[in-house]
Amino acid sequence: MKQNHQISEALRRAIGYLKNYDGPEVRIMEVCGTHTHEIFKQGVRQILSPEITLISGPGCPVCVTPAGYIDRAVALALDHGVTVCTFGDLMRVPGTEMSLSEARGRGGDVRVVYAPGDAEKLAAEHPDQPFAFLSVGFETTTPSSCLAVDHAIRDGLDNFMLLTANKTMPAAYEAMKDSTDLFLYPGHVHAITGLSDIKKMQAEGVSGVVAGFTAGELITALALAVKKYGEGEPFYINAYPRVVTEDGSPEAQKLVSQYMEPCDAWWRGIGMLPGSGMHLKKAYAQFDAAVRYALPEGVGKDNPGCHCGDVLQGRCRPEDCPLFGTVCTPVHPTGACMVSSEGACSAFYLYGGKK
Amino acid sequence: METLPEQITLAHGAGGKQTSALIHQIFERHFKNTLLTADDAAVLPRPEHQIAMSTDGFVVSPAFFPGGNIGELSICGTVNDLSCMGAKPLYLTCSFIIEEGLEVERLDQIAASMAETAEKVGAVLVAGDTKVVGKGQADQVFITTTGVGDVVSQNPLSGAKAAPGDAVLVTGDVGRHGCAVLLSRDEYGIDAQVESDCAPLWKPVSAALKAAPDLHVIRDATRGGVGTVLYEIAHQSHTGIRLKADAIPVDPSVAGVCGMLGLEPLYLACEGRMVMIVPQEEAQAVIDALAVLPDTQGICQIGEVTAEEPERVVMETEIGTQTYLPEPGTELLPRIC
Repeated sequence: MKQNHQISEALRRAIGYLKNYDGPEVRIMEVCGTHTHEIFKQGVRQILSPEITLISGPGCPVCVTPAGYIDRAVALALDHGVTVCTFGDLMRVPGTEMSLSEARGRGGDVRVVYAPGDAEKLAAEHPDQPFAFLSVGFETTTPSSCLAVDHAIRDGLDNFMLLTANKTMPAAYEAMKDSTDLFLYPGHVHAITGLSDIKKMQAEGVSGVVAGFTAGELITALALAVKKYGEGEPFYINAYPRVVTEDGSPEAQKLVSQYMEPCDAWWRGIGMLPGSGMHLKKAYAQFDAAVRYALPEGVGKDNPGCHCGDVLQGRCRPEDCPLFGTVCTPVHPTGACMVSSEGACSAFYLYGGKK
Repeated sequence: METLPEQITLAHGAGGKQTSALIHQIFERHFKNTLLTADDAAVLPRPEHQIAMSTDGFVVSPAFFPGGNIGELSICGTVNDLSCMGAKPLYLTCSFIIEEGLEVERLDQIAASMAETAEKVGAVLVAGDTKVVGKGQADQVFITTTGVGDVVSQNPLSGAKAAPGDAVLVTGDVGRHGCAVLLSRDEYGIDAQVESDCAPLWKPVSAALKAAPDLHVIRDATRGGVGTVLYEIAHQSHTGIRLKADAIPVDPSVAGVCGMLGLEPLYLACEGRMVMIVPQEEAQAVIDALAVLPDTQGICQIGEVTAEEPERVVMETEIGTQTYLPEPGTELLPRIC
């Protein structure tokens, strides 16, 4: 019954290498919230030599979703009578006036679902009520939103929509490349997109390693990358080859390119990144809640004391923010990085303790 | 005698012939014992020692899940609460709130499970009540049980008694009930076989108390799981608790489901697992005594109580680092990517 947790000799060697590393100083940015979460859960930072610094980047989809998006979702629920379906993580993200959780308290119909397809099913069961799914996320979640639209067309629904804030990782790599020496690339994103974006970064002189999500996979990837970094040449390593292939998933890519196209997108804490978002093509505008309800664009207002933006760009550690652990906690989050379990502040608070 | 239809109707709660048919043909038939009252209250022999008394409501959805049903659960919950105080469960009462339309066959299975579970620990059902509410006013069936136990242990158990150096034991793999119920709601589209650990644990508790007369704490890790119980004990006793991640028993299917949904097995409910805190020198005796009993074969030590880091639960990870187990209270939302 008990699982065998004995760590392997190879992993032991990788830990030893990272502990005793005395090469050139190196900053490594993990761009993915799932990596951030696992790094804090496993205490990975404790085993690193002082020459190695890990920076939590902007890869938590909830954290980079601007307050203005929450405002539009709140407006759908309260002003337009739309049933808003969302992943649970978004419920407590502060908007300018209120969160979705508060909108529900004021009578808005806001429901937590586990997949976009669940929202499509609800719409099929209640044809007289409009439903909007809050489509946030990176390359890993965008295909399932497109699949829900595909099913809505199949089922002949005119009451199902997406409110899109989908984003793409390569834009984040570009925006962050000067804040780090190396990227720890998210394995599940590249399982979809393949290795071409990473090769492009290498051509621009930016190095990185594709990593899986267990402690062993993360540590092995870090050790390989740090070792290679000492050689001085730009490189990429695929340290997750059992999942990530050269071409990724053509089926998922095809699904996305059928229904969506790139657009400019606002990232909380970072600002506007041209071509970094995905929204529905004009031909599918009837499934776009922002179009159908003519929702005003706007970035909304964050709490001015909140340092989420600096945390997301690796300019500040969670514990350096004056609100961290006092005003801002997972129960009463001020900033998005404290709401999502993948946010750097939340992970640091939960596993590292408040200061 | 009225015969029972296939489904419960509001008339079964109205107190007339149909109510009496329901009581005779389902509850009396399964619960029969000399103490079960036909009057307004059960009159019972006085136990030898002090009595322990506990009550608990059960609303699990769905009412039937892999490894058990709400009836079995309603007995286990109260029996285990009494056991945690060193009390041998003696008498139980039950109160049913039934949704109109529940299949009689299902109610019969629930009552049969209750009787069978109570019998395993030598307790008897002595009184009950039945109400029927309209469709939609309850979810199939809700059950509240109340239990009285005889406090046979001379040793008063309490969370406040955890002391630095004590061993922290868990009587089997964690998180199975919570995982089984989540999966049986069929909201996730995950295909995994996980059975609830639901079990009445008076016998193992009694064996543990014999093996370690100086046992400090016994808690059943129900709602909130083992992690919540450990934080409660750490707060009550102002001690720290240090766990070894690689010693925590988790069924591979439960670990897989938790990985997919971003859940922590230590925070999923158990319905047949106890956390025991015992002086280190008595720990092996408890493990030896419980490892031979069917519901506690997986007993093992997962950590120790410390003077350092009071009121925190520290995890020694598989890679040799130390992190805090997140304190319960923040809703653990499934991850989205």
